[in-house]
Amino acid sequence: MIAKIVNFFGDTAYRKRRWILFIVVLVLVFVTDFLAPREHVEFFWDAIPGWAALFGFISCVLIIVASKFLGHQGGLMKDEDYYE
Amino acid sequence: MSEWVHPGLLFILGAPLIPLLSWRARQVLMILIPTFAIISVVDMTPGTFGVFEFAGIAIVAGQVDKLSLVFAHVLTIMSLIGMIYALHVERPSEHVAAFLYVGSALGVVFAGDWFTLLVFWEIMAFSSAYLVFASNNGPATRAGFRYLMVHITGGVLLLSGIVIHGLETGSMLFGPIAEDGSLAYVLILISFILNAAVPPLNAWLTDAYPEATVTGAVFMSAFTTKTAVYVLLRAFPGTEILIWLGTAMAIYGVIYAVLENDCRRLLAYHIVSQVGYMVAGVGIGTEMAVNGSASHAFAHIIYKGLLFMGAGAVIHMTGKRLLTDMGGLYRTMPWTVVLYMVGAFAISAFPFFSGFVSKSMVVAAAGEDHLAVVALLLTLASSGTFLHTGLKLPYYMFFGHDSGLKAKEPPANMLTAMGIAAVLCIAIGVFPGMLYSLLPYPVHFEPYTAAHVTGSLGILMFTALGFVLLLRHLDPERTISLDTDWFYRKGARLFMWFAEKPAALWEGAVSRLADTVVLPFLHGSARLGLKVDMNVVDACVNGVARTALAWGASLRRLQTGVVTHYAMAMVGGILIGITTYFVISGG
Repeated sequence: MIAKIVNFFGDTAYRKRRWILFIVVLVLVFVTDFLAPREHVEFFWDAIPGWAALFGFISCVLIIVASKFLGHQGGLMKDEDYYE
Repeated sequence: MSEWVHPGLLFILGAPLIPLLSWRARQVLMILIPTFAIISVVDMTPGTFGVFEFAGIAIVAGQVDKLSLVFAHVLTIMSLIGMIYALHVERPSEHVAAFLYVGSALGVVFAGDWFTLLVFWEIMAFSSAYLVFASNNGPATRAGFRYLMVHITGGVLLLSGIVIHGLETGSMLFGPIAEDGSLAYVLILISFILNAAVPPLNAWLTDAYPEATVTGAVFMSAFTTKTAVYVLLRAFPGTEILIWLGTAMAIYGVIYAVLENDCRRLLAYHIVSQVGYMVAGVGIGTEMAVNGSASHAFAHIIYKGLLFMGAGAVIHMTGKRLLTDMGGLYRTMPWTVVLYMVGAFAISAFPFFSGFVSKSMVVAAAGEDHLAVVALLLTLASSGTFLHTGLKLPYYMFFGHDSGLKAKEPPANMLTAMGIAAVLCIAIGVFPGMLYSLLPYPVHFEPYTAAHVTGSLGILMFTALGFVLLLRHLDPERTISLDTDWFYRKGARLFMWFAEKPAALWEGAVSRLADTVVLPFLHGSARLGLKVDMNVVDACVNGVARTALAWGASLRRLQTGVVTHYAMAMVGGILIGITTYFVISGG
């Protein structure tokens, strides 16, 4: 059972089904956010449905781009034997 | 309860027994002592215990209240999980170190006075360092010495702070420190945030943890930083600078995790990131924030232990530690994958996993305090957490391209320990009331609102979308990342270069000068003195001759004395220099 579930996420045979599942989940998550009641919000963005999805996506891209920039252009990444 | 048993003492007294026992008996002891410790903590009632006087200082070994109890609960539970995970390790010395480490961490948590705190603080540093040395290879030994060097420095700062604090206030009782910017305040705060791995004082953690033994790193991931969060909660609640340091930390760990190729170093950077939430909570200092920090520490210890156990299991079975060398292990290690993923969902704060009910409390406390930037940045960091721990690391370790490694599942004891941790991660997430009832203040926080659940899922799933779209850019690279340890690693070289080049040149020049100019001059003047003495002896009074003789003799003594002493000092200096270098870089 466990091995089957793990295999579903690893085996290339299920590639297409994984994509379908992923897109269904994304749509579901996005849509349900519009249905959730918001009686108490701390910040204005908390009242915008779909904000979390947008913020999550932007955060992810920002983190990858900014970190890789710091690593490559900023000189943080060095050869493995740098300290040898 | 009439008798108070210090759970830390159980471990410390149990430690010397370990080498004396047979392997089987040792395994029994490794289960029994953490179990007794858990029972003693569960049974414990608030109060002050173990009070006595030592060298004129009032010692309070057992300051028991809700704050110390919540940490004691999770430390003892984690000690049992860690011991089960380490049951197969035959070498007793590692277990002795782990026992002392756990015992001293508990000692810090129950310490009611600064002296007790300091003593256990130091034992923690040395016993944990052994878990790095125990890896028994060159890089680990060097990292272990660097780890020790940093923690000894931190210990000295703490000692100085405590002495000044004690003299200023006349009290050695451990408690909140007045935010007056005095020297004692600064020294103690620095020594605490050093152990909490707040940048720029974070590099000891990410340098040493990945070098520790597979089982040792599990203990290290749980104890040092979280006892630091505990002492910060006690001594510095509401210290504003900690809000910003904590938030910066949460981002800092995430940035470095993108660049990292070593699986346990990636996880170590996420300790930095997660402890950032706790430190920020200490800084906010409201009841909800303190609850948030304490509960996040609780949840974190379990899921981080689980993640380190998962990565450790892979290292144990494959002998590989770099993501570039792994991949495709899901076929042969499905249980490890699933258990690791439970930890990954917990750290990423998926609904119904432990991080969801604790991390959101810190973010909510920031919201309640109208700290918009802090709330946004902490949310951004949680996207990064899922990106690395939940997506990048498992993808390249277990899935991704097939490395051809055919590793079996780890031994049963390792899987059992991971299973217990995984069950706890889910139990805390599903029944947060259990954890909330342990917190220092009454909890007025409901994690499971519809908007919170859909919002969290939105952040996480669209982070996953970003991951899938940018996957190619995330391929781990065969590099290491520069962190603040650069200063002392390269600093040691500079020191050595100085000892070898300018200092040696100077020494050579001085001895050459002594040989070619000073020595002949002194010899000559001594001879001259003698000659004058001899020639004038007939004509002059004996006293003059004796004076001249004495002068000449003392001159001779002076010249030889100066040169040899100087040479000795130089040799001594070079020797100290070389020893220091070898101590720092571990030869």
